[in-house]
Amino acid sequence: MNQKIDVLNRDFPEARARLLDLAAFLDRVERTEGTADFRWEALQQTLPLLLEQGSERTRHILELLSWPGDTPMTCPKGNTACGAAPRTSSTCSLQ
Amino acid sequence: MNFIEPHAHFVCRSTDDYQAMAMAGCLIIGEPSFWAGYDRCSSAGFRDYFTQLTEYEPRRAARFGIKHYCWICVNPKEAENVPFARKVMELIPEFLDKPNVLGIGEIGLNRNTPNEIEILEAHIDLAVKTNQLVLVHTPHMEDKLKGTRIILSALKNRPELGPDRVLIDHCEEHTLPIVRDSGYWAGLTIYPTTKLTPARAADLLEVYGRERIWVNSACDWGVSDPLAIPKLAMELRHRGWSQQEIEHVLLENPTQFMSGSSHFQSM
Repeated sequence: MNQKIDVLNRDFPEARARLLDLAAFLDRVERTEGTADFRWEALQQTLPLLLEQGSERTRHILELLSWPGDTPMTCPKGNTACGAAPRTSSTCSLQ
Repeated sequence: MNFIEPHAHFVCRSTDDYQAMAMAGCLIIGEPSFWAGYDRCSSAGFRDYFTQLTEYEPRRAARFGIKHYCWICVNPKEAENVPFARKVMELIPEFLDKPNVLGIGEIGLNRNTPNEIEILEAHIDLAVKTNQLVLVHTPHMEDKLKGTRIILSALKNRPELGPDRVLIDHCEEHTLPIVRDSGYWAGLTIYPTTKLTPARAADLLEVYGRERIWVNSACDWGVSDPLAIPKLAMELRHRGWSQQEIEHVLLENPTQFMSGSSHFQSM
């Protein structure tokens, strides 16, 4: 059975690289002009979940980025998902 | 290592990919009906597509010793136009008798609209009436959790369609638990950016077990990897899985599910 040290030995470099990619993305958004949309807010809300204890971070992040409930959607336009569900509006399309 | 790729869209992959798959040990490919990347404008277009799935792709795969099976349906992205989708669905029964057709799929939802749900339920009804296996697509990204809940509800309304006859694909960390609890088969898809990585798929197999689950690449016209399954095998080997354990997931599991179709012959 894998020990924590085995997982670290195997996967730490890749995890570090992906963390730096995420950090660079956040820097990139902050560096640019204009106003972000709900996707930025959604991403900000997921970041504290990375500090959760236990082994459900991925699930909780996906749930936070998802439409809640099971009520069918009435989309004004747009046939493609974008990665996050707005929490303050019923629209499901990007502006 | 031999494996089955149970969900790949080879109508939009080059013959080089069949060759690479064969060299990597692929014995069988399953290809569901899906969205071409644009909305087809006639039922004749769908007839041509179904003909390609049932006649041309099996021949192309056979050149490399790969057995090609397929699934027939109106995909969720083109289900929003209900009259058109129903017209296309009239074509389906004639193709279900083709020797490489395993069942109806990949049905499901895209944006979880009432129209999509209507066509999903019509497909489920057809599957019950014709005693077909069902392969289900769960929506992308933020739509996946809600869509999975709606799909499970629609399936539960038709208990005649037993859990051994349905596979719900593209599960992730937040949907696999509810699919498992439902009793249906589950699928994990290794696809860049919008679905799982080999590492996440391996994590899910370790946490949720190796039974009633298959893995696929769903490679298509997007940036995607027809060799995702061998890459998962490599990840599992790195984690200490035995060859037998790996083949159980990548060969025996899809064989078990696909054997629910009288058309399926294992190799």
